[in-house]
Amino acid sequence: MSDPKSTEKAKPRRRRRPVRPRFQMRVSTKYAPRKIVEGKSLSCTSETSLTPQQLLELYRYLKLTRLVEERLVNLYRQTKVVGGVFRSLGQEATAVGSAYALQSEDFVTPLIRDLGAVLVKGIQPRDIFAQYMAKAWGPSGGKDLNIHFGDMQKGFIGPISHLGDMIPVMTGLLLAARMQKKKFVAVAYIGDGGMSTGAFHEGLNFAAVQRLPLVVIAEYNHYAYSTPTSLQTAVHDLAEKASGYGIPAHIVDGNDVIACYEVTRQAAEYARRGGGAVLIESKTYRRKGHAEHDDQRYVAAGEIEWWEQNNDPLDRFERYLFEHRVAKKKQLEEIVADVTRLIDEDCAWAESSPLPDAEVAAYNVFDNNVVPPAFRPKVLES
Amino acid sequence: MSTAVKKEHKSARPERGGQATMVEAIRQGIWEEMERDPTVFVIGEDVGAYGGAFKVTDGLIDQFGSERVIDTPISEGAIVGAACGAALMGMKPVAEFQFIDFISAGFDLLTNYAAKCRYRWGAGISAVFRGPCGSGVRAGPFHSLNAESFFLNTAGLKIVEPSTAYDAKGLIKAAIRDPDPVLFFEHKKLYRLPRLREELPADDYIVEIGKARVAREGRDLTIFTFGAMMLTALDAAEELEKEGLDVEVLDLRTLAPLDRASILSSVRKTNKAIVLHEASRTGGIGGEIAAIIAEEAFEWLDAPVLRIGSLDTPVPYSPPLEDYYLPQIKDVIDAARKLAAY
Repeated sequence: MSDPKSTEKAKPRRRRRPVRPRFQMRVSTKYAPRKIVEGKSLSCTSETSLTPQQLLELYRYLKLTRLVEERLVNLYRQTKVVGGVFRSLGQEATAVGSAYALQSEDFVTPLIRDLGAVLVKGIQPRDIFAQYMAKAWGPSGGKDLNIHFGDMQKGFIGPISHLGDMIPVMTGLLLAARMQKKKFVAVAYIGDGGMSTGAFHEGLNFAAVQRLPLVVIAEYNHYAYSTPTSLQTAVHDLAEKASGYGIPAHIVDGNDVIACYEVTRQAAEYARRGGGAVLIESKTYRRKGHAEHDDQRYVAAGEIEWWEQNNDPLDRFERYLFEHRVAKKKQLEEIVADVTRLIDEDCAWAESSPLPDAEVAAYNVFDNNVVPPAFRPKVLES
Repeated sequence: MSTAVKKEHKSARPERGGQATMVEAIRQGIWEEMERDPTVFVIGEDVGAYGGAFKVTDGLIDQFGSERVIDTPISEGAIVGAACGAALMGMKPVAEFQFIDFISAGFDLLTNYAAKCRYRWGAGISAVFRGPCGSGVRAGPFHSLNAESFFLNTAGLKIVEPSTAYDAKGLIKAAIRDPDPVLFFEHKKLYRLPRLREELPADDYIVEIGKARVAREGRDLTIFTFGAMMLTALDAAEELEKEGLDVEVLDLRTLAPLDRASILSSVRKTNKAIVLHEASRTGGIGGEIAAIIAEEAFEWLDAPVLRIGSLDTPVPYSPPLEDYYLPQIKDVIDAARKLAAY
């Protein structure tokens, strides 16, 4: 006779809830901004696992991000961009350094000011140009703006304008991954303004409860449109908010691309190993207005100039590359020339795209195999 | 430690078909879909060990485990957002609102994320957002909502509300298999109503989304309605029959996209129309249906289209107040007599 136990149908076991140690606030400041020493220019963290080749690739992405945005501003001034242009000038290191620390299977959902993360994830500048110019060949075919699209194969999920909404969406992505026995980390970007939304709280709280590998990168860039961080939140450091979710936090110098890389790599590893959600606060500065139209009248005199002269992420990284003899000036110039060539080509491609056919507006509200497109009737149906 | 996962009582698997009330029909539907398709999962407040406030998800956690029956914090935004994220990964979420009134807390993610994803970048959100709606059960201003007209003006959301056990099971299965987001409203007054208990087929069936149903055939006028107001309409039709009025009752079943063809073909037959719904009259779905009829069947009309809805007030608690608020059989009879006089 066979063992009755072996014939019994195996039922899925309920997950046992782990007994958690009493929470203590954990904010790591290992990569936080250092005090500025008079007469000494800022560089980058010298301790790094990045190879010289990787460092040069990082430089390429930083430069690509800045130059794509500069080209977008040119296109905007030529009235070729249909909507607004949103710059990440002065805070490119956060998006580039953090996204570069991820594996190819990991997902990101950047904000509008994280173009660098989009490019690191493998989206081509041509897609960005076509999107801004509302062209038919853009990934959304003219249906939506700028980086509001996604590419599931590349692990990029575009944001929507409603800040905070992507945090619960990424939580759902990770819940699905757990059911599908897939292992990846999701990174969601948010700002000092977006953290005030209910969706941010609901999403991060749920991810923390479920111990999902979600890394939230909170960019303290001093302004949400015109509102300073002091009118957004009563905490001094955004990292303090992590304790409300029972998760650890890091503070990183967001203009130090190597620090951004290292801190994200560590946070992602912690999450990947099953530690759960992590918050990274990146201290940075938005040197441009909310969008190109914004005259920044709300910014104190001299503030932008100070950041431009003393704490520009590209200047700092170039200084690092020279100081550590990773690259000579000529090598960097070659990278810039290469990036410029790519931008010229991609921009020309996007400009050559037609605008979408008007009738395209009616398609794809629902799956059109099930519900027909929403054409505007030329005459009333009878 | 959390007690919500330790459960002495285990609920049995529902019958496949057989005699069922509406709540049992929906439970059967979700259960069978979870058995059929491993990507189907349930997410919401108290849906696990407790089995949901109305026991729609009762026993699912015992069968499918807590990875596929997910209890959430009180966070409708997180529930909707997480359902969307999981749907992007190819999963089929069945998200529960404990009461449809709380859908307002997930409104942003429903209308801005779920509804627009396919249009914006081709990523259809195949997800069901379901929950108990409706008034008439003395539940007051926050547990009695009919939410359909909040969403009618949002392109990209389907809206379904069954009025029979058979339809409820067939429609929940169709909603789970639908490639787009479906709001599935279940009138709580109908959940356990003995009158709706009926024999369900044992085999797998669906009821197609987007198709209305003629619940009662008639020649003299049509009442367009859905949900619990179906019973009001059918009862009124019985009364009116005694007066010699032959009333047709059309159960809309799907509120978005509306079955325009069925609406128009019925009104072209009876030439008179009453639109009856439980939500407040102003801005309700009745206005949309009346406009469709006026625009596309004007020549067939023998009388103005009448709308019957609730008062333009919140849903009150005390029985005399709520009865005064809601459309009653008498209101329908009065309206029908008015139309008959033309």
